[in-house]
Amino acid sequence: MGILNKILTAFRGGANEVGQSIVDANSTRIFEQEIRDAEKHLTKAKRDLTDVMAKEMAAAREVDRLKRTISEHEGYASQALDKGNEALALEVAEKIAQLELELSEQHSANESFSANAAKLKELVKKTERQLADYQRQLSMVKTTESVQKATASITDSFASSNSKLLNAKESLERIKARQQQFDDRMKAAETLENENSDKSLAAKLAEAGIGEQKSDANAVLERLKARKG
Amino acid sequence: MNIHAIANHLNGLGDNSQTGFRFDCYPIEGDVEVLQVNIVGREEIPIFVSVTDNQVLCISYLWGEDEVKPETRAEMFETMLELNIPMPLSAFAKIDDKYVVYGALSLKSSMAEIEQELSVLSDNCLEVIAEMVDYLN
Repeated sequence: MGILNKILTAFRGGANEVGQSIVDANSTRIFEQEIRDAEKHLTKAKRDLTDVMAKEMAAAREVDRLKRTISEHEGYASQALDKGNEALALEVAEKIAQLELELSEQHSANESFSANAAKLKELVKKTERQLADYQRQLSMVKTTESVQKATASITDSFASSNSKLLNAKESLERIKARQQQFDDRMKAAETLENENSDKSLAAKLAEAGIGEQKSDANAVLERLKARKG
Repeated sequence: MNIHAIANHLNGLGDNSQTGFRFDCYPIEGDVEVLQVNIVGREEIPIFVSVTDNQVLCISYLWGEDEVKPETRAEMFETMLELNIPMPLSAFAKIDDKYVVYGALSLKSSMAEIEQELSVLSDNCLEVIAEMVDYLN
């Protein structure tokens, strides 16, 4: 059963009640132990792989050396034959036969190391994948637990402070009303500021004798006199 | 990274936050430490922050199962799924019988990133409630 399935089963089985843990602490510890074991296996597999690869390289070098030696000796044998020294040629040929035997042994050793290294590389990859999967699963269980505990803390805190989380509509309305109030105040302040600045401008204009002039008694008298005359 | 460092940072911001919000945070005691983050002016919808082994979780409660009009429940789910990707930085979830929006951050996140997450989460919450109010009692 996958970890998601376990989590869902625990939820639906009622494990989400406050204080109840989704996976008991003991199984989490066992799981953590499994992860540590897998890490140990991985370290060992990597070390083994290094050893085998070193042996593989040594065997490959030996194969090269033997091939070179055989080819050298083949040259010697051929020279001995050229000089009519058959006995010496035979001796060299015996040496070549012995070297060829060694070469075939080194060959098969090399192949076996290569196969072993490939197998170990596959094992390391598999263990790494498994370890990553274990860690992902453990993190899911731990996160689920943590969220549940956090929810319990939040619920307790609200219960003890006699406050409650409002329902969504009420909350939104309150926040909006407050925002509206703030906006209204801003607007009012802005309007007021504009009016003030209008007023001061009008005052300045009047002082400079520009724009609409206030009528005064002298002006009225002058106008009446002018009409009579 | 722990909730106290986050609380100190947010409370210390005062009017100098880069998101324009003012934050008021205090820790809630319990098995797991939780930071209640209130955004000034939006106290009705707080955000709860907890730090786990590998992530910082910011969660805000939307509404309870009891607030959902039963006949619109399936439609509500569909809307949530449709909005899940367009909604920046947050996702829908359900904890016990409560619907939530949440954001998860890496433990390596900077304080500025956490502040941004909280502000976007709060905006998302208001927008989601306004958008989905027809599904609620």
